[in-house]
Amino acid sequence: MGEEREILLERLDAWRWRIPRAGKMRTDGLIFADQKMIQAIRKDNSLQQVVNVATLPGIVGPSLAMPDIHSGYGFPIGGVAAFDASSGVVSPGGVGYDINCGVRLMQSSLNRRDVEKKIPLLVATLFKNIPSGVGSKRKDLRLGKKELAGVLTQGVRWAVDRGFGSAEDLAHIEAQGCIPGADSDRVSDRAMERGYPQLGTLGSGNHFVEVGFVEEVFDTEAASAFHLEKDQVTLTIHTGSRGLGHQVCDDYIRVMLQASRRYGIELPDPQLCCAPLDSEEGKHYLGAMACAANFAFVNRQMITHWTREAFGEVFQLTPGQLRLSLVYDVCHNIAKMETHEIGGRKVQVCVHRKGATRAFPPGHAEIPAEYRKVGQPVLIPGDMGRYSYVLSGTDLATQETFASTCHGAGRLLSRHQAKKAARGRSILKELAKMGIIVKSASTGTLEEEIPEAYKDVEEVVRVVHEAGISRKVARLRPLGVIKG
Amino acid sequence: MKRFRFLDHGGDVGVEVLGASLSELFQNAAEAFFRIITDPKTVRRKQSRRLTLKGETPEQLLVAWLNELLYLFETERLLLSRFRIDRIDEGSLEAHAEGETYDERRHPIKTLVKAVTFHQLQLHEEEGLWKARIIFDL
Repeated sequence: MGEEREILLERLDAWRWRIPRAGKMRTDGLIFADQKMIQAIRKDNSLQQVVNVATLPGIVGPSLAMPDIHSGYGFPIGGVAAFDASSGVVSPGGVGYDINCGVRLMQSSLNRRDVEKKIPLLVATLFKNIPSGVGSKRKDLRLGKKELAGVLTQGVRWAVDRGFGSAEDLAHIEAQGCIPGADSDRVSDRAMERGYPQLGTLGSGNHFVEVGFVEEVFDTEAASAFHLEKDQVTLTIHTGSRGLGHQVCDDYIRVMLQASRRYGIELPDPQLCCAPLDSEEGKHYLGAMACAANFAFVNRQMITHWTREAFGEVFQLTPGQLRLSLVYDVCHNIAKMETHEIGGRKVQVCVHRKGATRAFPPGHAEIPAEYRKVGQPVLIPGDMGRYSYVLSGTDLATQETFASTCHGAGRLLSRHQAKKAARGRSILKELAKMGIIVKSASTGTLEEEIPEAYKDVEEVVRVVHEAGISRKVARLRPLGVIKG
Repeated sequence: MKRFRFLDHGGDVGVEVLGASLSELFQNAAEAFFRIITDPKTVRRKQSRRLTLKGETPEQLLVAWLNELLYLFETERLLLSRFRIDRIDEGSLEAHAEGETYDERRHPIKTLVKAVTFHQLQLHEEEGLWKARIIFDL
């Protein structure tokens, strides 16, 4: 898989590196990173993966890599690749197992001072209200298999119709909480069976619900448009499509392995298996992927609802007083049909973002009206000990990266290394000393997710900001975290 | 002979499995899988399940076997601790597995598994010993 000698990198400027088209590549590779990062990036095989993606048919523009790039399954994580709607391909590996793993940010009328003393109670209440353990369920969500089809095809509207959210929520979610073209017939029975008991659950690993506050504002106009101000209490949800999405990916990897052979697509790595966008297999995958994505949107909506209940319970305030409102909800693992301008022409492409976030610019019709002056909010979670960022989309991203940017910090230590580093320490006590209360459902997760296991998200954010593909708006800090 | 050992794989986990026969390898792989999720010593053999599976290649069969266990865990909260492959060839297997339903009072959940991947998947026989490597997405 790939050649042994080092991949040639040309430095374009302080933040951009090109892999010139060579061999079977149909286009260049373009990596956003600083000098220090490039040295680290060379150590795993993510550059080879960027090269491999560049060989796929119908790729439009370069094979892109964001500064949080690291080795993935076939496609790198932190990779973006767009394919022409009529001549290009779609690949489940370019989306990931956790379809629409994404982040939602909410803001409230509460101030940091209002909540600090009640954080332990709030964390305990969130933990009680949000199903995070194996087999845990909420009594107010009795979902049968038939109803699940509605979730998959209607997305968040299904939840709003049942009183789990408002129309205002819908307007503040990427794709209004429903990717079009969802076809529940394309989702296997097995995926449905894994999905329906898990709707509204957090999942473990790096998923979380986090109460935080705005520590610093960098762009006052954008922060104001997003209703964010210093010391304001925020709520972040990071989760995806759970077993349903994982099964859809698994099902379609098998389909695409066969399809790649059938359509004569040469694969430098079987995990890049794909089918033409206009083929039956391609359309079926997109139909199933949209279902999984909508499941994830509804998942985050259910958790939002129970979060609002928990806040109400703890602070004894009405929803009108709390005003826990959605800033935005973004996907990190997805394939979107979008229209982009290439060389003066409008081209329809399928943009694969795996560990990357859409970042629409100011003026874009698809973002809420009140954000149009400043651009789409981009939510970049860090680790639970440090900080997260809110950014905004820019025109330059539209020109260079199909309106895409980074998604998070990326790991520094493996799970095993993290566990070793955590041995003999009380992680909960250490975090509590920093003023952060954490509660986790699974026993291994906390040690594997210690802050030092992650890179500093500030470095990733700095690169996209300096490169001009996103703008820093605010930095958030954690106060309380729950993990599945 | 160490039947399996876990591998560092970034944010996920891998396992290297050995077996004196293909059956033993599949049994050991299943044990390793549940070792990721829980402490198998806490899992009593209260119920038995018969499993029949097919795969286009032995590698796909191995992934299908582990995916079946993941499916049973997610849909029935079934934790399994003892495995017996009754019959296996390159394209199919029949097995028995024993375990019990998850009980939050007795079974610690270490971490959940998202998927069994095809990444760096290996399965081969070497000097009479069967070896496999599987990476799990966590």
